[in-house]
Amino acid sequence: MKAAAEVSKLPIIDITTVKRKEKRKQTLAILSFMFLALFVYTLFILYPILSTFIYSFHEWNGIEAEKAFVGFANYSELFSDPTFWQSLKNNFYLVGVSVFVQIPLGLMMALVLNSKIKGQRLLSVIFFLPYLMSTVAVGLLWVFMFDPTNGPINMALNAIGVESINWLAESPSALIAILIVMAWQFAPFYMILFKAALVGIPEELYEAAGMDGANDIQKFFYVTLPSLIPMLISSSVLAVVGSLKTFDLFYVMSGSGAGTSTSILGTFMYEETFVNFRMGYGSTIAAMMFVIALISVVIIQVIDSIQKRKRGIS
Amino acid sequence: MRPLELTKTSLLYVLAAIIALFAGYPFVYMISTSFKSMNEFFTNPFSVLPGSFTLEQYTSVFDMGLNSYFLNSIIITVLSVTLVVLIAALASYPLSRLKFRLNKSIFTLFIIGMMVPIHATLIPIFVMTNDLGFYDKLLALLGPYVAFALPISVFIFTQFMSEIPAELEEAAKVDGAGHWIIFSKVIFPNIKPAISTVVIYNFVHIWNEFIFALILIQSPEKMTLPIGLQKFYGEFSVNIPGLMSALVLASVPVIITFVLAQEKIEKGLLGGSVKG
Repeated sequence: MKAAAEVSKLPIIDITTVKRKEKRKQTLAILSFMFLALFVYTLFILYPILSTFIYSFHEWNGIEAEKAFVGFANYSELFSDPTFWQSLKNNFYLVGVSVFVQIPLGLMMALVLNSKIKGQRLLSVIFFLPYLMSTVAVGLLWVFMFDPTNGPINMALNAIGVESINWLAESPSALIAILIVMAWQFAPFYMILFKAALVGIPEELYEAAGMDGANDIQKFFYVTLPSLIPMLISSSVLAVVGSLKTFDLFYVMSGSGAGTSTSILGTFMYEETFVNFRMGYGSTIAAMMFVIALISVVIIQVIDSIQKRKRGIS
Repeated sequence: MRPLELTKTSLLYVLAAIIALFAGYPFVYMISTSFKSMNEFFTNPFSVLPGSFTLEQYTSVFDMGLNSYFLNSIIITVLSVTLVVLIAALASYPLSRLKFRLNKSIFTLFIIGMMVPIHATLIPIFVMTNDLGFYDKLLALLGPYVAFALPISVFIFTQFMSEIPAELEEAAKVDGAGHWIIFSKVIFPNIKPAISTVVIYNFVHIWNEFIFALILIQSPEKMTLPIGLQKFYGEFSVNIPGLMSALVLASVPVIITFVLAQEKIEKGLLGGSVKG
């Protein structure tokens, strides 16, 4: 005590103790501001992810308290489960449809809205509506759009002389139908991203291209498209992550007899966990989904930083 | 030159019309079917304007419990969105305006949340909800909804707060105001545009949320709209106009919100697309 009192007489030490005190106060303030958010985030996101990995090494029905440790048994079962591979394949199709259908469609919508067309405001509302509806509502609406007897789609097919298809009950058509609906619902999402990116392209680039004698198509390929590359890349990550989050639409639109042909990781995990009550196995599927999301985010980050470095050089 | 321009313009309009038809027709079908009686629907499933316009479907879905789904959805959405705004704004204050060692790491930790597949949290949240005795209670949804809305909200708030000029808080600092005063008197009143973006964006997502409600709620009187609709589907199966009217009603709130606040939703989406 005495020593401390003596030392504190020295002005230079005095400043550091004041500073330390100040700093402790600051830390306390920071913590109190972030406490609630960190608490909720830890309790409902970080801790559950960790638990999912722990559960994935157990056999457990979720009803009894007892969990039996089984090591990697769930994982080896998963890798030899044909439904897993089927689901994974379908998730890849989802990504494919996002990248090759939704993104181009979204870009097309954005280009239309960005042109000198009349009625932009109305068009942008119409284009965007599908994204706002709840996915369950979207799924139910389209179940009837695809209805084999009264659905508009089959009626339209009949009108041009094609026979009705029982879309959701047969093997390739069920998946195709759901993927069409996905494109319908999510293309507007990409539209918004591209709309913002298009606004960011400097007008001078088009003027310069015009002076070099470029026509509209050349302008698109030499000015618009290269300027959109960063957005195209981040959209593709979103497509991978989005495919792992997909559940509602497949849950609502599957189940009229197309079997596992419309199974995706999300619905597969749900079935095993909440229908078959295999909590351990379900956790293994969920853990794999997390790993895939993580890997794809890392890959994209790497590509992104390479891109940035390239741009930095040129 | 002029005929070429003309062809281009007309091509543009044709393209716009095709996309508008693809995007809009299902809505036309849904709305017009919802005003038809069953008889009318089966004789005339595709007429855009119903021969006889009836509201009977709308009254019957209300009789079947749609109002309680509505009420539940309103309660949980309002509660979750209010909490998210408060918690996220508080957390964003130190992240955006104070210097400390873990600042960047904590921010990144929040942002990574956007990439987490919900399924990776489902089983532990289900188990936890059961253990705490919240299973089949509307409030069980609050935690997950707030947690999954945090990343995007923290992101938007942090961006916005870091753009508030430092001079604004200097005056308060000179008067000896602490962080709480600065936050509540200077920062919070200045982030109104960000608040409305966060509110609207999360409103749309929480209103439509399905999987947590599916696994945590069981009794019909606790159900939110999305699972209520799913349940209707099982019960209505033949009464397509009835189901369509339920779909219309469930979609109206978000559609109105969008028409009134299109920009805010777009901003939220853009925020969500930027990776951490």
